[in-house]
Amino acid sequence: MIFRLINKRELRELFDVLAENRIIGPVQKGTSHDGKALYAFEPVFDFDDLKLDYTSTARPAKRYFLPSHETLCTFSVHENGWEKTVDFNIHEPHVFFGMHACDINALDKLDKVLLESNFPTPYYAAKRKNMFIIGVECTPQPSCFCRSMGTDSAFHGFDMFLTDLGDSYFVEVQSATAFNFLKNIRTREPKEKDHARYMKVVADKNSMFTTSVDTTDLAKILDMEFQSDVWKYWGDRCLSCGTCASVCPTCYCYGVEESVDIDLKGAKKKKHLYSCNLIDFAEVAGGHNFRPESHSRLKYRYYHKHRGFMEEFEESLCVGCGRCSEACLAKITVPEVIASVRSGVKPKGKKGRHGK
Amino acid sequence: MPVDNYLGVPLHRPKVAFFEFTACEGCQLQILNNEATLLDFLSLVEVVAFREAMTERSDDYEIAFVEGSITRADEAKRLKEIRKKAKVLVAMGSCACFGGVNQLKNRFNNNKWVKEQVYGKFPVESEEARPLEDVVTVDLNIYGCPIKKEEVEKIVTNLVLGKSVSHPKYPVCMECMANENICLYKMGEPCLGPVTRAGCDAWCPGSRFGCWGCRGPADAANVEQIISIMEEHKFSADTIIDRLECFGGFKKFAGELKKRTAKSKSKKKRAAK
Repeated sequence: MIFRLINKRELRELFDVLAENRIIGPVQKGTSHDGKALYAFEPVFDFDDLKLDYTSTARPAKRYFLPSHETLCTFSVHENGWEKTVDFNIHEPHVFFGMHACDINALDKLDKVLLESNFPTPYYAAKRKNMFIIGVECTPQPSCFCRSMGTDSAFHGFDMFLTDLGDSYFVEVQSATAFNFLKNIRTREPKEKDHARYMKVVADKNSMFTTSVDTTDLAKILDMEFQSDVWKYWGDRCLSCGTCASVCPTCYCYGVEESVDIDLKGAKKKKHLYSCNLIDFAEVAGGHNFRPESHSRLKYRYYHKHRGFMEEFEESLCVGCGRCSEACLAKITVPEVIASVRSGVKPKGKKGRHGK
Repeated sequence: MPVDNYLGVPLHRPKVAFFEFTACEGCQLQILNNEATLLDFLSLVEVVAFREAMTERSDDYEIAFVEGSITRADEAKRLKEIRKKAKVLVAMGSCACFGGVNQLKNRFNNNKWVKEQVYGKFPVESEEARPLEDVVTVDLNIYGCPIKKEEVEKIVTNLVLGKSVSHPKYPVCMECMANENICLYKMGEPCLGPVTRAGCDAWCPGSRFGCWGCRGPADAANVEQIISIMEEHKFSADTIIDRLECFGGFKKFAGELKKRTAKSKSKKKRAAK
């Protein structure tokens, strides 16, 4: 790893250098009814729109590499037969300017399934191989528990990573591409006192977490608590709306649908991201549903994240970004669900369905 | 030119007819106003009756698309005749599926009074609004107020090709999230998206207009939960009841909530005394 220091003013120069590509970064998309800024990853055309001090985006940047709907291939039907056209749907590289460590870790986890498995997904690979990522240090929010999941800092999967030191950015340079881009702007070697300042900023960040999850022996505990009553409690609260999966940076489950165009001259094979909380997620041909109850669907979501993935890859599939806690209207949060499974005690003061 | 085969397999071009009862005819208009694909649609099916679109009419049809709710005895009679002739009867739009906006008059539980308020002494027959399935067997529902033309086209294409027809079982939230909309609850607005059947591509929430549930409940709709969430967000019982009652799909839940609210109101009254 190479470390550099850049003056804050120089970052604008870097933006301009990178701007010949499509830049995606955190921008303010709106204001909530209680006055909070709502951020989203959007294409950025003006450096001033880029909000590097953003709290968290409501949605991950997933739509740029794992879109909710994607046409996998199209068919054109003519008199003598038909032809198939495959498009990986990436026409230009993407620069991600300002991703938090949790989201970079989420990409690394997706890589394990979609890139490094026996059956890589070319649609994902084509996009993943064409991105340039600038990470940025964050301020822990009330729903963040990345530190519990070991995803509060990123070690790979990005090109460069910025930490705000007040007047300048401490830069971790991870890739040759980043190194070459940085040649276009003024940077300097960090001195020992800059290292100290960097360490202080990181230590301050670490002291700011207010939410944590006890992951000790979690996979084993989940195995033992399969029949626990607390699952039913959370299942009763669950709206089965799939929002948690939609906002999750690591949820990749999907369904494929084939449709014929109305002129009968073409057809499409479309993939759409699905959620294991939706009623027909485990419905199979013939109509049998393996998980007709809300609580079993919710449970399996937790098992995939915190047990199944653990078994397969020695790590959890959850990065602790807290987006699902923020988005869930029924206030189902990962820290509370896991704490209740560990203790076997349902949370007080929260009513399930029918006030139970 | 009518298409007679797909991938060499001969196709049957079904005869279809469109009918309306108590409705605004907006759903039929939806089919007509999609000019880009209207000709393709017409080459897939043979329209034999469509009052809003053509003068010719025939009673020889296989698929009947029926819009509107039933509010008069003669409507019920006519619907039964259509049922006899049609192989497939499709309820099209919220009025046909649930009673739609028309069934709002049922909320007063006093049809005589409603009739007097609206028509005065004018001699007109107007009963409580009923969905088609209260009168005849319905083979397929196409939800929405109005229906989403893309969805109708997909359904008709699948019918012609002999493919199965299915609706999304999940709620509007999935489509709203896919469109990267900001959740309206974050903006302080009520929304039935978490319990309403998808298929509209989150039409209203995408325009910053909370869902009113025109497509009725999704398969695993946890309506009790969304009611208590709306209460936590400090929306009044009236606001919630209005939403649940508007299109008729959530009638049962609106009724239960009304009863509960009336009980707690009378309790409060007694306590005040």
